[in-house]
Formats: sequence, C-alpha cells, structure tokens
Amino acid sequence: MENLALEGALTVTFVRSLFAHANIVDVDATAAEALPNVQVLTAADMDLGVFGPPPFPGVNPGMGRPLLAVDRVRFVGDIIAIVISDDRATGADAAELVSVDYDPLPAVVSPYEAAKDEVLLFPEVGTNVAARFGSPEHDEKLFGGCDVAVSGTLVSQRMAPCPLEPRSAAAELGPDGRITAWLSTQTPHQDRMVLAGTLGLDPAQVRVVGPDVGGGFGAKMLNVEEVLVVWLARRLGRPVRWTETRSESMVALPHGRAARLEFTLGGMRDGKVLAYRLEVLQDCGAYAVLGAFLPNLTGLMASGVYAIPRIEFESRSVVTNTTPISAFRGAGRPEASQVIERAIDTFAAELGMDPAEVRRRNFIPADAFPHTTASHAVYDSGDYEGALELALRSVGYDELRDEQRHRREQAATTQLGIGISCYVEITNGIAESEFGEVEITPDGGAIVRTGSFSHGQGHETTFAMIAAERLGLPVEKVTVHKGDTDEIAKGTGTYGSKSTQIGGAAARLAADDVLELAKQLVADYLEASPADIVLDPAVGRLHVAGDPSIGISWADLASRASADERLAELKAEHEFQAAPTFPFGAHVAVVEVDTETGRVELRRLVAVDDAGTLINPLIAEGQVHGGIATGVAQALYENFVYDDDGNPLTGTFVGYAFPSSADLPSWEAVEMETPTPLNALGAKGIGESGTIGATPAVHNAVVDALTPFGVRNVDLPANGENVWRALREAKA
Amino acid sequence: MTRIALTVNGSRCEADVEPRQLLVYFLRDQLGLKGTNVGCDTTSCGACTVLVDGESVKSCTVFAVQADGCEVTTVEGLAQGDELHPVQQAFHEQHALQCGYCTPGFVMATISLLKENPNPSEVEIRDGLEGNLCRCTGYHNIVKAVQAAARAGA
Ligand code: FES
Ligand code: FES
Repeated sequence: MENLALEGALTVTFVRSLFAHANIVDVDATAAEALPNVQVLTAADMDLGVFGPPPFPGVNPGMGRPLLAVDRVRFVGDIIAIVISDDRATGADAAELVSVDYDPLPAVVSPYEAAKDEVLLFPEVGTNVAARFGSPEHDEKLFGGCDVAVSGTLVSQRMAPCPLEPRSAAAELGPDGRITAWLSTQTPHQDRMVLAGTLGLDPAQVRVVGPDVGGGFGAKMLNVEEVLVVWLARRLGRPVRWTETRSESMVALPHGRAARLEFTLGGMRDGKVLAYRLEVLQDCGAYAVLGAFLPNLTGLMASGVYAIPRIEFESRSVVTNTTPISAFRGAGRPEASQVIERAIDTFAAELGMDPAEVRRRNFIPADAFPHTTASHAVYDSGDYEGALELALRSVGYDELRDEQRHRREQAATTQLGIGISCYVEITNGIAESEFGEVEITPDGGAIVRTGSFSHGQGHETTFAMIAAERLGLPVEKVTVHKGDTDEIAKGTGTYGSKSTQIGGAAARLAADDVLELAKQLVADYLEASPADIVLDPAVGRLHVAGDPSIGISWADLASRASADERLAELKAEHEFQAAPTFPFGAHVAVVEVDTETGRVELRRLVAVDDAGTLINPLIAEGQVHGGIATGVAQALYENFVYDDDGNPLTGTFVGYAFPSSADLPSWEAVEMETPTPLNALGAKGIGESGTIGATPAVHNAVVDALTPFGVRNVDLPANGENVWRALREAKA
Repeated sequence: MTRIALTVNGSRCEADVEPRQLLVYFLRDQLGLKGTNVGCDTTSCGACTVLVDGESVKSCTVFAVQADGCEVTTVEGLAQGDELHPVQQAFHEQHALQCGYCTPGFVMATISLLKENPNPSEVEIRDGLEGNLCRCTGYHNIVKAVQAAARAGA
C-alpha cells in the first residue's frame, strides 16, 4: 500500500492506549490539532457499532470489539483516537500531542486469574468467560481399568505472528461513489462482505484489492484498523493510507496460541493407551474474536494419530487485558499436538519404554481409514507408522540412542536429547468451497482466476501448473489472477492450509470444463463430433481421435476464435467444495543441552510431512521449511510477555526473540505422499504442518536430554532459562 | 532543509531533505525506489539493507544527510537490463523467497557478505546474515542461495 501512488492521500495514525485497563475520562486534541492540517477523531465522532465479524458459534456476543474504544480501554494498544495528517512524520508528532486522561483500573493478565471473575473486563456481561466447549461432565470411570495414569500441564505460550511486512491499508472513494480498499490481507472477498456489513453498504459498492502481501500467517484477517481506514476515506472524501510500525504491530496485530492445557493420559503397562482427558484454558485477549473459538479445533484434534478409546475434552476461553488472540500458523491444532505428544512422552517415561515404541502400539493403523476418533474427527487417509519409521530411519535413531547412552554413562556436561513428534492436522477444517475460472487468451495461453489468495505461498506457480497440465500448455503460458474482487467473482481466501486442495482443485475442474468447450469449438471448425476430439497434452493440440494430422493448436484455435468473435466461449468457472483433509507426519529433533548453563542447541530436525500428492515439491518444501522454523521458534525462542499490569515486555523486535538464521540449523525434509480421496488432485494442505510437527519434537528432545536428572517437563519456550529452572527444581 | 548530493544506483542526484529524514524514506518516498522495505523500527530486521559505498547498511538507521557524498546501491541497481544480478538469480533459482518482503535486504546483505568472504561456510553464512529476519522461508533456502551465489562467483 505504501507503494501505491495515491494522489493526495492523507495519512492515518492511531492513538493507542498506554494502559491495559482504564476508563477514559477525557481526550484533549487541542495541541495536536494546532499542527498544520491535523484532524483528530474519537468514538464520539463515529456513527458505527461493534466490529463486524459474525459471532462465532458458542462465543459470547457481548464481548466484541468496538471500532474505537468507547469510555474504556482493555489492552495496551486499544485504539482511542485517529489522527489525520498530510504525512507520516506529522501524524506521529500529533499522536503524541493527543492528551488522554485515564482512570486506571486493575488489570488482569493471567487467564487463570481472569477465570476467577474478580476483575471484569465487561462488567455488564458479569463474567470473563467468553466461551465453553466440550463437556464439563467428568466421567468418574474414564480411567477405569488403567494400570497407569500420568498428568501434566503444557502452556502453549503467546506468540506474535510477525509477518515481515507490517499491516497496511489504503482506501479511496471513486467518483461513482464506489469505495476501493487496498488491504494487506489473506481474504479479499470475505473482507469485502465484512466491510460492507459493518459500514452499512451494498457489497457491490465495495472493491477490495489484495496486492502483493508480505506474509499473513493467519494474523492478517480483517480487523478494526482496516474498517476505520475505509470509513475515513468515505467520510473525508479523500484517499487515506495507514501503515503500522513494527512496535505498533507487536501489540495491535492479533497474537496466537496462549492456551493452558492440562492432560491426564491413562493406559496399560504394555504401552496401550486407553483414556485421555484434556482441559483447555484459552486466553482470548481483550475481546472475544477468533481466539475464543479455536479450542474447538484443539478438541477436535485431541486424539492425534492414536486410537484412544475414551476421550474427554473441556475448554473455557476467558478475556484478559492483553492483545486479542486470533489465528496464527496452526490455529488450535498445534496446541492439540503439543499436548498429546508431551502426554505420550510422559506416559512412556513413566513406563520406562522407548517413546517410539509407545507410539507404535497406539497408532491408528494404515488400513483403518477413514477413521473416526473419539474426539469426533473423521480422518481421510494416513499412514502414521510409515511416517514414523521413515523419520527414524532418516535420522539414524538407533545410533543416536547409542550416542546418548554413551554421553549419559560419561556424565558429560552436554547431553543429547532425541525428541519425536507424530502429528495429524486438519486442513480446510470447515469444509469450504473455492472458486476457480479458466479463460483462453487471444494468444492461446490461459488465465486462471482464483478466489484463493497467495501472499507468499506461490499459488501463481502451483495453480498455473495445475491448469497447464490439464490443457497441455507450457506453464509460462498460464497466468494466475487473484485478489481483486472486481475481477474475481467470488472467493474465500487463504487460511487453514486449504488453497490447493479446494482452490487448486477448482482451477483443475475449470480447466477441464474449458477443454470440453474447446472440443466443441474444434469440432465445429473441423466438422467433427466433439466426442471425437482429443487433446494431445504433450504438444497442446486438439485433433480428431486416431488422426493427429487433422487438428488445431491452442494458439491457432485462439486466433481463429478471436477472429470469429467466439473466444468468449472458451471460458468456464467452477466451484469446488469438499470435506476436510488430514495431513500428517513425523518429526525427529536432536538437541544438545548444556546441563550446567541450560543452553540448548538444536542440531538436527528431520521432518516427514505427508500432505497427499504434491503439485510443486519445491514450493511445498518451502512451506515446510518456514513452518518448521516457526514451530522451532515456539519450542525454543519466542514468548510474548506482559508484566502484572498488562504492559508488554516484548513489544519490539529487540525484546521479542524472533530467531535469525544464526539460531537455526538447516532442515532435513523427507517427502512422503499418501493421496487423499477427497479431491481429484489427491492434495492436502501443507502450509501449517511444519509448525505443528516441529514444536513437540524439539520440546520432547529437550526434556529427553534431561531425563537422567529427574526432569519430567520444561516450560515452553525450552530456552536456557527454562531449562535451568527445570534442572534446579528437579534437584530440589 | 539540508541540501545533499549523492549517487544512487549510478545516477547523481541532489535533493533537499529534512534533517530527520531517514535514508530509507528518502529512497522510497523522494526517489520512488520502493524496493527497499521497512520491517521494524529498532534496527532489527534488515529489510531496509542497502549498500553505502559498498558496505551493507540498514537504511532505517542512517539519516539521509549522512549519505551526502556517498554512493548508494539499492536492489533496483543490481540487475543489468533483463539480467538479474548473480545473487538475485541464486535467490530465484533456490526458491529463497516466499512473500519476498525480506528479500531485497537479504540480497544486499549477501552481496556484502560475499565481498568480504567469497567462500563462506554454512555457519559463516548463518552468522553473517544474523541481522536479517525472514518469517517465511525458515532460512534454509536462503543459505542454499548464498552458497549457490558463492559457487557462481558472485
Ligand atoms: S527496517 Fe531497518 S532494520 Fe528493520
Ligand atoms: S520471504 Fe517472507 S519474510 Fe522472507
């Protein structure tokens, strides 16, 4: 958006709360408005209600976020006022001059404290609990018949998504009264609907354009800032633009994770697991948005890759005086994997059994698909044991255990830890549909229009490959268009790793439709029957079956059809809808831990990720690499922290431990492909697998290194400080 | 306003700048060179890396006036016509970018790294690029691209 030439655009700067919880007594903008061309707006100047996303099922609708804070702020970063200026520097100066009179209220930062309902964020609601899922009933006999039951707590700490490009938005009112919004987004079409709904406009009056966007990771869903920018463009009748600073982004862009998970896992001495109970306390931040709903996915995926006969799940989502929680790479599923994988390792340690062996004894067998878990997920396809064996072979598991034994015998200061994680996740989780359109161009190439949206995932290449393969065109002749709601009829966007499996599948079906249309046209031209026309995909030529000499290439067909004004016939759209798919895999991490200082070094990470059939292995592997880095970042580095008054302590890139290349090794990604029967491509999602698989592997590896010292768990992130604490506690 | 004269991507330019104008905003807003990105406000991410007199510099951390009399190279100044710079070519071939936001900074930092050390080991590459952050690639293919560029003699 900063790269758009928007003639005469005004700059938007938000005045954000410095207090986590306070009543706003007064806002005085006199000094700010004394600067040249500065205007300041507050909630009193607005005629808009609460922010628009439809309330999620089961989430208390009384805890939504106002577009601007009204009377009360609930987190550091809540928006109090809007500064309009000619340029960025004046906006920053003016924002500092807006004087806000706060009446501070006690802040509640820990979800555990919030659940006590002593300090209420929404006194009118009467509780901080925004949602409850699962069943609060305890089955007294859940662990009946078990030889052993182990319990523990895993805190999946709060993370800041940190796309390298901070958010940005611009909007302009056209002479025809239509508004165009350029957004750093993942979901242009959904944004259009929400913008129209919130601003009381006909969706036809709103055009959303998603240009090249610098990363999303789930966090770039429409939020209050974008709505305000669009509202301002209409109100001021001038183009406006907003780009957040990094420090602003760290508190204003929704965070992820922030769940406290308590488990009990019971089973037999032979390693067979019989029952699992999972209780989740989800911190949803100051307002109940998507984060309040995510424990549903954690509950759905509670069983992991294991056939567990009895599962009990219960969750509560509570509001706290912190940045709201929303989706972040994995969104609800990493939490499920992190806790079941920790539980399985705890169980293995209790039995004194190899963690790989315990896993083997509990896998859902490869011949048992489709499989319905006790937590009500219907897994499409999988080979969990195959993935684990491949990972163990690739890493050289037995040799590593030998080296570990050796170091333990030597009582070496630097111990070796080997951690396993077997995961399954869900992509296209709510069984959505996606739109695809294919059109032949005058030069005999093709345009694919997709309702999905790429912001670094490479749809431009993958979707072009899919269509090119169906039409027998070289991939360079296919261009992919996305992200402009005026050009693309509809779409859902990109999240939940669903793009290829539904968007790619829709593009394939549309390409097949175009091929059928082309056969009809060729049949007309050659005076043959369409049923007799076939495509030679190797050369991109349509000819009469059995006689390749009677035919026509795409280029000739397109130019002839153009001349006859029949090119428009070579265009088709298709919507494809399908049930969720369940990618899976196994990761093995090898760490070295200095048992005196606590320092952890990740030496290797072998990742087997099976996302069904891969269209473009290079791009898929890139997704895995980035995913792993984020998973390792959670395991070893990142943690967004507040003090007791709700002040962020990690609100810049200096304080927040975003790992650099020096903190990470190269990854050893191993391919495995088990196609899904749910789409013609056989593809599942790959965008979040690496993240989901990596965290528990590395976490388990750190704990594994410390087992001889009596350590049973290390808090996340398992960094030097937390390792040192765990060692000290085990000694005490 | 202060008058400065410098060479940017081989062209001489003179301009009036506010003393507090940062080099990155001078390049982006005054010269329209939008290839250099801004990813943070604490000199942490390296998205803004450019070369000043051949050395990599975080352009969010120097004032435009400090570049007076210097030779500045941004990512726009690398390709020769249609031909990418060998480091750019290596990033492209090794799929070392996804969203691409960090890429100009990584490319500039790599050029400077390879100038100092034409044959870096993996550890030297990882340590040498420590000042640049990427959220998409997990750095794996970036390291491969630097190795490929080194092999190509970039
Ligand atoms: S923008 Fe210069 S280091 Fe981040
Ligand atoms: S490619 Fe997106 S941040 Fe590096």
